[in-house]
Amino acid sequence: MIDYLREIISGTWSLFVGLGITIRYFFQPVVTVQYPYQTLPMTPRFRGHIELVKDEETGETKCIVCGMCQKACPSNCITVNGEKREGVKGKVLTEYTLDFTKCSLCGLCVESCTPSAITFSKDYNLAGVTKEAYIFDLKKRLEAKN
Amino acid sequence: MSAFAESEAKETFVLNLGPQHPATHGVLRVKLTMDGEYIAEAEPVLGYIHRMHEKMGENRTWAQFLPNTGRMDYLHALAYNHGYVSVVERAAGIEVPERAEYLRVITAELNRVSSHLLWFGAFILDLGGFSPLLYAFDDREHILDLLESVTGSRLTYCYFRFGGVYNDIDDNFVPGTRAFIKRLRERMPMYHNLVTKNIILMKRLQEVGPISAEMCRKYGATGPVCRGSGINFDVRKHEPYSVYPEFDFDVPVYDQCDSMARYMVRMDEIEQSLRIIEQALDKLPEGPVMAEKVPKILKPAKGDYYHAVETARGSFGVRVVSDGTNTPYRLKLRSPTFSNLSLFGEASQGMLLPDALALMGSLDLVIPEIDR
Repeated sequence: MIDYLREIISGTWSLFVGLGITIRYFFQPVVTVQYPYQTLPMTPRFRGHIELVKDEETGETKCIVCGMCQKACPSNCITVNGEKREGVKGKVLTEYTLDFTKCSLCGLCVESCTPSAITFSKDYNLAGVTKEAYIFDLKKRLEAKN
Repeated sequence: MSAFAESEAKETFVLNLGPQHPATHGVLRVKLTMDGEYIAEAEPVLGYIHRMHEKMGENRTWAQFLPNTGRMDYLHALAYNHGYVSVVERAAGIEVPERAEYLRVITAELNRVSSHLLWFGAFILDLGGFSPLLYAFDDREHILDLLESVTGSRLTYCYFRFGGVYNDIDDNFVPGTRAFIKRLRERMPMYHNLVTKNIILMKRLQEVGPISAEMCRKYGATGPVCRGSGINFDVRKHEPYSVYPEFDFDVPVYDQCDSMARYMVRMDEIEQSLRIIEQALDKLPEGPVMAEKVPKILKPAKGDYYHAVETARGSFGVRVVSDGTNTPYRLKLRSPTFSNLSLFGEASQGMLLPDALALMGSLDLVIPEIDR
């Protein structure tokens, strides 16, 4: 009988302790951020979809069309094509397509790239209504930036 | 009304729990044969999120399987990463630099804390308490920020590579982690006051959902489930891998066998993980984070290799059979939750439905890992 009463009293007290904690936190500053009105800074290593890097000297892509990224990709979402041109050493990039519908953002392509011709973009607000909107022509994107 | 069925089931009906049910945390379906409020028979039905990870591994190069490991158990992705890279390193005979091993341990333990915090929130949510989830997510957010700044992603990390880690930590990581450890240590008493000592929680968990040590052995349950039943088994201690033998930590074991014991094991494990991280930060050596001379196209020697790691849910083992080519011949993944779930049918017999859901929550199920 005494144990029963003790349990009722200690049990009720435990509920008040819990309520006390929530009330204390109620008066503390808010920890959430009102997205999209406020945003948090992004870390430099954020892995977005890939993007071609511009060579500062020539203004062109650094890609040498070796196809390593294409081979490294686990989901086969990269297509790279190039052609031989007269007077130019090595191959010239003609097509760089990323099928973002299949990409899982693992970053193995960026790691495999010897001339560091691809990097992660900072795009995360991606939304669209067609599948085609996510088949990115990265070469065109780079040219549009210039 | 007693907690267990007193007589044989006479008039039963079938109740489908899931595959879309908040308490089953994903797409698990449990076919329940009910006798009133009591469970006469429970049969977990799997396969709703089967993605053939093992077959995928056999159809791509060794390195291309790395992103998959994080997608099996998305709550403790780094331990799965660790298991897979370790077995391939064993197969290919790659030596890992010490700094890389330390970084692996620190990040994997941080990930374990985040996994336990999420489980804590979700478990209390299963029992009907909403606010602890928000407190747990507040702390978990700090871990996600720390790991994001190092690995580049917030959930499906893919940080470890054969021979080391993807890249070194940034300047902010060590002070940030120390600050987080201090913060979480201050918050733990709050969690115990808010939740552990709460009379409603104690009444829901104590002496509910008994899983005997015998049952754990029979079904191969590992992790907090078997440690809550008095079996002292932790891969980190008993089959040490990586640099774990260098740290001083305890394996929390409770022998009450009820849901409360499993709850307490996980809460104590958070503290033990913090201890490991603290020691690892103190001892963190300088040096490279990637082994030299790791071949770009990996072709491990012919043979059969196995490596087990301790994840937040138990022992995860990877077995690879290499035939000397650039793809694995066979990749077998032994996931802990599959065994932990298997005992649910036997353990829940004769239990009240709400108690069985508390038992299921205390198993800490991650469905994509069961189905793989």
